[in-house]
Amino acid sequence: MIRFNNVHKWFKDLHVLNGIDLQVAQGEVVVVCGPSGSGKSTMIRTVNQLESINEGEIWVDGKNVADPKTDLNALRAEVGFVFQHFNLYPHLSVLDNITLSPIKVKGMDKAAADKQAVALLERVGLAHKKDAFPAQLSGGQQQRVAIARGLAMEPRVMLFDEPTSALDPEMIGEVLKVMKDLAESGMTMMVVTHEMGFAREVADRVVFIDHGKIVEQAPPEEFFKNPQHERAQQFLRQLLTPMS
Amino acid sequence: MDFSQIIPSLPSLWDGMKLTLQLLVLAVAGGIALGTVLALARMSSNAMLSGLAKAYVNYFRSIPLLLVITWFYLAVPMILNWITGEFVAVGAFTSCLVAFVMFEAAYYCEIVRAGIQSISKGQINAAYAVGMTYSQAMRLIILPQAFRKMTPLLLQQTIILFQDTSLVYAVGLIDFLNAARARGDIMGQSHEFLIFAGAVYFVISFGASSLVKRLQKRLAV
Repeated sequence: MIRFNNVHKWFKDLHVLNGIDLQVAQGEVVVVCGPSGSGKSTMIRTVNQLESINEGEIWVDGKNVADPKTDLNALRAEVGFVFQHFNLYPHLSVLDNITLSPIKVKGMDKAAADKQAVALLERVGLAHKKDAFPAQLSGGQQQRVAIARGLAMEPRVMLFDEPTSALDPEMIGEVLKVMKDLAESGMTMMVVTHEMGFAREVADRVVFIDHGKIVEQAPPEEFFKNPQHERAQQFLRQLLTPMS
Repeated sequence: MDFSQIIPSLPSLWDGMKLTLQLLVLAVAGGIALGTVLALARMSSNAMLSGLAKAYVNYFRSIPLLLVITWFYLAVPMILNWITGEFVAVGAFTSCLVAFVMFEAAYYCEIVRAGIQSISKGQINAAYAVGMTYSQAMRLIILPQAFRKMTPLLLQQTIILFQDTSLVYAVGLIDFLNAARARGDIMGQSHEFLIFAGAVYFVISFGASSLVKRLQKRLAV
């Protein structure tokens, strides 16, 4: 479904992505973790070309995203993206946030889009908030709406860029639960996160990235029990006992 | 001081005010529309496009409005003649309107640009991420938010324009100020009519400005 072939990216002198090779199969849930500044957010943003790449290829659903001939808008419509800071449209109601792109990008009629949006809101447990505005919602609720907004395009892949990092601790659970349900429904997912509980429970594979390179990838039980790479061991130690 | 002739003159003063308001409304609408296009051009990644827009804005912000009004009074018929190949009588109103739209667009451009830049990058990314094109993202996501933020500044600029419309005096249009001046001369009460006109400009501008300040406070919350 997603394939990275020797992907490189530079920000001026900084080599943020240094030869990424990665495959995500259909229906697979891959968690990407790594220290801050390791390039994991940049990497996930290259999948739908919110960040361009300098070298290599990224294939999504059989299309090379870096090829200038690829219709990026059509591709992005098939790839859901959930941001760290939700990025809901503050001037639109929750319902309009969700229906806007199905109507404007896919040409769905309004009644069908509304019906779908209400169903999605029920799925994330927020049907009663459909007329609210983003500013009236908590962070966790906003992020759940953002997930519903992504799903409204009926994407083939969902990408999550640190979806819980901007949330108060008591709200993280509600968002992870929605993501877990989604994974169980068979959605292909790539998730950048520090939530190791989520990785352990939901991921099929954990990818550890450092200095723009994938240094380790393994099923979660293996990764957590017996990390091979020294940087991964150090990273896990710091996550588990941050004060030491 | 004898203000006795003002009340009987109100109908003709109102005619002048109607022209002022007409010019104002059309100039604001045209100026904001052209200003928005200029702002988008200025922020374009196309270096030539943004360079042209920048040159336009810098040029019109560096010359006096009175010059533009008098110059366009001569130039607009000539340009139209050159484009259509026949002589078209455009009249002072149209040439003034074109002058105001083009001049004000330079100022509105800077306001709109600041407004767009104040919207977080995450908004355009969110729009792109669901497959919107640049024009959809601008129309549906960025500009509606930007305009909400810019409203006070756009209104302040509009109040300035309301006062500046009186410069059409130079090409003989009978706006409110010119009507008051002409009427005062006829009635032999020039001072009184100008004082009255000044009071009207003051009440409208200051009143509108106070309203904008209140709106600004409300939007800030």
